[in-house]
Amino acid sequence: MEFLRTTGGLLGLFIETLYWCKSAISNSDKVFAQLYIIGNQTLPVGALIALFSGGVLALQAGPTLAQFGLEENVGGLVGLSLAKEIGPIMASILIAGRVGSAMAAELASMSVYEEIDALKTMDINPVRYLVMPRFIAMVLALPVLVIYMDVIGWFGGGLVALVNPEVHLSLDVYYRNLSELVDFVAVVNGLIKAMFFGVIISIVCCYVGLKTKGGPREIGYSVTKAVVMSFVLVLVSDYYITRILLFLNID
Amino acid sequence: MERKIEEQESNTTLLGAVTSEQNGRTGSVLLDYLKCAAVGLKIDNINRSFGDNHVLRGVNLNIEPGETVVILGKSGSGKSVLMRHIIGLECPDTGRIFVAGEDINDPEFKRNHVLAMVFQSSALFNSLTVSENVALYLREHKIFTEESRIKEIVSSALEIVGLQGKEDEMPSEISGGMKRRVAVARALVMNPEVILFDEPTAGLDPMMTRTIGDLICDLKHQIQITQIVVTHDIDLAFYVADRIAILSEGRILEVGTPDQIRSSTNSGVIDFIKPQFA
Repeated sequence: MEFLRTTGGLLGLFIETLYWCKSAISNSDKVFAQLYIIGNQTLPVGALIALFSGGVLALQAGPTLAQFGLEENVGGLVGLSLAKEIGPIMASILIAGRVGSAMAAELASMSVYEEIDALKTMDINPVRYLVMPRFIAMVLALPVLVIYMDVIGWFGGGLVALVNPEVHLSLDVYYRNLSELVDFVAVVNGLIKAMFFGVIISIVCCYVGLKTKGGPREIGYSVTKAVVMSFVLVLVSDYYITRILLFLNID
Repeated sequence: MERKIEEQESNTTLLGAVTSEQNGRTGSVLLDYLKCAAVGLKIDNINRSFGDNHVLRGVNLNIEPGETVVILGKSGSGKSVLMRHIIGLECPDTGRIFVAGEDINDPEFKRNHVLAMVFQSSALFNSLTVSENVALYLREHKIFTEESRIKEIVSSALEIVGLQGKEDEMPSEISGGMKRRVAVARALVMNPEVILFDEPTAGLDPMMTRTIGDLICDLKHQIQITQIVVTHDIDLAFYVADRIAILSEGRILEVGTPDQIRSSTNSGVIDFIKPQFA
């Protein structure tokens, strides 16, 4: 019963948020404020994670490929892995952990301390005022963050491929192979996933936050619930989105 | 009901003070802006249960335009729930609430009427400054196109509640009493026909309680707005009320002027209003 109620609630909030996207331009200041928060909280950490993730991919795959004389394919392997799977998943987990948790905490706190009720008494729709700007900002920011992390990850992979004596691949060869295998469609594949993950994280975190009742303890529970639910839904939906993209030949 | 603008000249009260010679220009900005007519309110046989807990049991109450009615009752008697029904945050199981003859659950109601509420917790937005909190309604509903006009109204509202100069403070930087007054300013700029106060003095020291009481009286005398105050503070109730309604176990026990309530022979009313430490 709880599962059905939550699913219905999430869908309801998603539809209402889509409806209020009509007010996006007149609320662009709020969208930009959210974009600024997302950028501030994720860009430095995102760079660090991407650099080392790209590096570890090259570190793991490089020597194995070198055993078969295929070390020049490290670029393509790192590039495709990051562009289609690891980039969107990494960025989503980072955003859910850093931004989604803050969203859930802020909205949960506003619910508990009657701020949402105050908005309603002022005839200000909480979905338009609070959820829609977060939703749009996250759907726009996540693909951009994925591109940012992809590029840094590719660089990290190239760096490790260069300095690792078991691979010792020049940057020139690395990037030639990467650019041969990673085409525009592969990048678009990752960006489409990122947009869907942005929808999931923003709606889940806002929904859980808005539904919070009680006190400080419930705010903590809500944050944990929002982040865990986001992680699970992102990872599960990744499979189905991949199946759909394969079906549509966006691969 | 027309506002008695001439009464704004009084300088014996908070609102009077801001319209006095010293502060007249700024304070009068909000008073000029507040020009909606006071309206009456009718609560008709409201029932509400939460699970097995029957909180409101056929509440009936008529409130005249411009009247200040205090709903007095002990904790858990259903006062705040009744308030949430009046403002439209809750829907009754049965019964209706009318403002100026219109059902508050009518889809058109919010287009025609504005009700404001001062929450017990003040419910200020912690991410906004004091002035941004007060200006929120004006900005979101695009009441004025010029930002300068919004700032003028906000400054005037803050001056009326005695918080001039606090515009740029964050809610976390001001005291509980100040928060309550910011909440009153936020309610005032909505230009409401009815203001609801939910436990306006809860958690405040006696001096701040008096200040809030004076503020409610000033609104009553000088803007003639319809006010509903929910409280269990008996001193405040007798100080600000035109009429007092005693709510007990989800029912209105008695309604009357402060003098009528003082001389009531109803044992429930006597028990509630008698001094507890005498």
